[in-house]
Amino acid sequence: MKPAPLTCHSPTSLDEALRLLHDIGSEAKVIAGGQSLVPVLNMRLATPGHLVDITGLPGLDEIRVGAEAVEVGARVTHRQLERSPAAYAALPLLRQTLVNVAHPAIRNRGTTVGSIAHADPNGEMPMILALTGGTVTAVSVRGERTLAAADLFVGPLETVLEPDEILVCARFGRFPEGTRTGFTELARRSGDYALAGAALAVQVIAGQMQQARMGFVSVTEVPTVLDLTDLVAGRAADQSAAVAEAVVERVHAHIDPESDIHATAEYRRHLTGVLARRLLTDLTTGEPARTSEEALRGAS
Amino acid sequence: MTTDNETYDIEAGTELTEPVTLTVNGVDHRLDLPGRRLLSDALRHDLRLTGTHVGCEHGVCGACTVLLDGQPVRSCLIFTATVQGCEITTVEGIGDDPAHPSAVQQAFIDSHALQCGFCTPGFITTIEAFLTDHPHPTAEEARAAVSGNLCRCTGYQNIVTAVCRAAELKHEAGGAEECAGCPWDGEQS
Ligand SMILES: Cc1cc2nc3c(=O)[nH]c(=O)nc-3n(C[C@H](O)[C@H](O)[C@H](O)COP(=O)(O)OP(=O)(O)OC[C@H]3O[C@@H](n4cnc5c(N)ncnc54)[C@H](O)[C@@H]3O)c2cc1C
Ligand code: FES
Ligand code: FES
Repeated sequence: MKPAPLTCHSPTSLDEALRLLHDIGSEAKVIAGGQSLVPVLNMRLATPGHLVDITGLPGLDEIRVGAEAVEVGARVTHRQLERSPAAYAALPLLRQTLVNVAHPAIRNRGTTVGSIAHADPNGEMPMILALTGGTVTAVSVRGERTLAAADLFVGPLETVLEPDEILVCARFGRFPEGTRTGFTELARRSGDYALAGAALAVQVIAGQMQQARMGFVSVTEVPTVLDLTDLVAGRAADQSAAVAEAVVERVHAHIDPESDIHATAEYRRHLTGVLARRLLTDLTTGEPARTSEEALRGAS
Repeated sequence: MTTDNETYDIEAGTELTEPVTLTVNGVDHRLDLPGRRLLSDALRHDLRLTGTHVGCEHGVCGACTVLLDGQPVRSCLIFTATVQGCEITTVEGIGDDPAHPSAVQQAFIDSHALQCGFCTPGFITTIEAFLTDHPHPTAEEARAAVSGNLCRCTGYQNIVTAVCRAAELKHEAGGAEECAGCPWDGEQS
C-alpha cells in the first residue's frame, strides 16, 4: 500500500526542524532512515500529515569515542556504526549486535538513534543502550535534556519523548577493563526480528569473574538489565558451568515473553535460557567467540 | 481518502506537489512530486524506469533494492524528497543493453539464476554492491549476501552460484585471480 497524503519537510538546520515540529504539533512526525516508520505509513497504521526529515541536518552524523562512552549522532546509520573501527575497538558489543539488526540494505538506511526512538522491544539497540548504562540527549524548542535508558523507555514502542523532541545522539557506555561481551539471537530467517536474543557483558580479571550483566531482545516489554554479579563474582571463569544453572533460573524469572504465531511464550523462555547459557560458556571458557552470524555477514 | 492536512484537495481530487531534484544513473531529473511519493514509485511511474520491481512495500522482499550512493537500500522505504542530492543507481544503470549485460547479469544468464525474473533486479543491485566490497567471496559469504532478497522461483542455489560466477567474470575482465571457494566449476554452459 501507499502512504496517505502528507507533506515532507526537509529542514537544513536543527533550529528549523525543532520550530517546524513545534509549530505543526501532533500532525508532525520525525523521519530519520524511515526503516520503521515507512512500513507503518505504507500500511496506513499511522497517517501523520507532516514529516520532518532529519537526514539533511548538519552535525548529527558523527561517531565520537570518548573515555566513558561511544556517542552516536542521530544521522549515523546502523551500518556506519557497525563498520566504524574506532567504535568497535571501544565497544565491540556494538558491532557484535548490529550485524544481527535486519539486513545490510535496511542497516544502510536505518539509524541507530532512530531504532532507540522507536523503542521496539524486538529491536536490538534499545537493549544495548540499556545494557551499557547509556543515555540519550533530546532537544526541543524548550531546550535540551539528557535521559538515562532506564528513564527513556516506558512500554513497547513507547518512550517519554514529546512529539516535538528530536533525539540528537545516543551515548553507549563503555565497560570497565577486562569486560568480555557477546550477543546471540535466534531468528526464523537471517535478518528477521529475533524470536529471542541476549547480550552478556562479563568482567574477567585474573581468571576470576567480577561484574556481569545481561540484556534481552523480544522477551521483555522494555529493555531492562539483569545483574548477575552476585552469582558470578569471585568465581573462576573456567568454572562458570557451576553457576550456569543458577544464571538460567535467574533469566527465566526475569523475562516475560509472549506467545505469537511464530513461537509460544514457553518456547521463547526455554530458548532465552539456552542462549544465556551459551553466552556465558562462550565468554568464560576460551577467547570471546565471534558469533557465526557475524563471521558470515562479514562485518568487515 | 479524507485527510485533515492540506496536501490533498478532496473536491478537485488533486494533490499538492513540490519540486524534487533526483539523480538517477548519472542523470539529473527535475520532478514535481507529492510528498508521499516513494522512491520506488518515482522511479517506476515518474521516470518510467520499471526495472525496479515492487513486491511487499515493507522492506522484506528486496525486489525494490537500488543503490543509494553505491549502497543497497529498499526504494519502497524511502520518500523521494529525502534523497535529493544522492546518487541513485537502478538495475538499468548497471546494465540496460541486452547485447552487453553487466558481469552480474551475465552470471545470472550463465547460472540459470532466474525464472520469472521478478526478484532479479533486486538481486543484481545487491550483488553488484556486495562484490565491490567483497571481490573474493566464499560460497558462504555469497549465500549470506543474498539472504535479504526473496525469490519464489529458483530455490536460490543458482543465485548463489551466480554470485561466485559474477566475481569470476569481474576478475576475468580485470585480469585478476580466481575467486576463493567458488562453486562455479566453469564447465556449465
Ligand atoms: C525488513 C526489516 C527488518 C528489520 N529488522 C530489524 C531487526 O531485526 N532489529 C531491529 O532492531 N530493527 C529492525 N528493523 C528496523 C530498523 O532497525 C530501523 O532502522 C530502526 O528501527 C529505525 O531507524 P530509522 O532511522 O529507520 O527510523 P525511522 O523509521 O525514521 O523512525 C522510527 C521512529 O522513531 C522516530 N525517530 C527516528 N529518529 C528520531 C530522532 N532522532 N528523534 C526523535 N524521534 C526519532 C520516528 O518519528 C519514528 O517514530 C527492520 C526493518 C525492516 C524494514
Ligand atoms: S518492495 Fe521493497 S522490499 Fe519488498
Ligand atoms: S525468479 Fe521468480 S521470484 Fe525469483
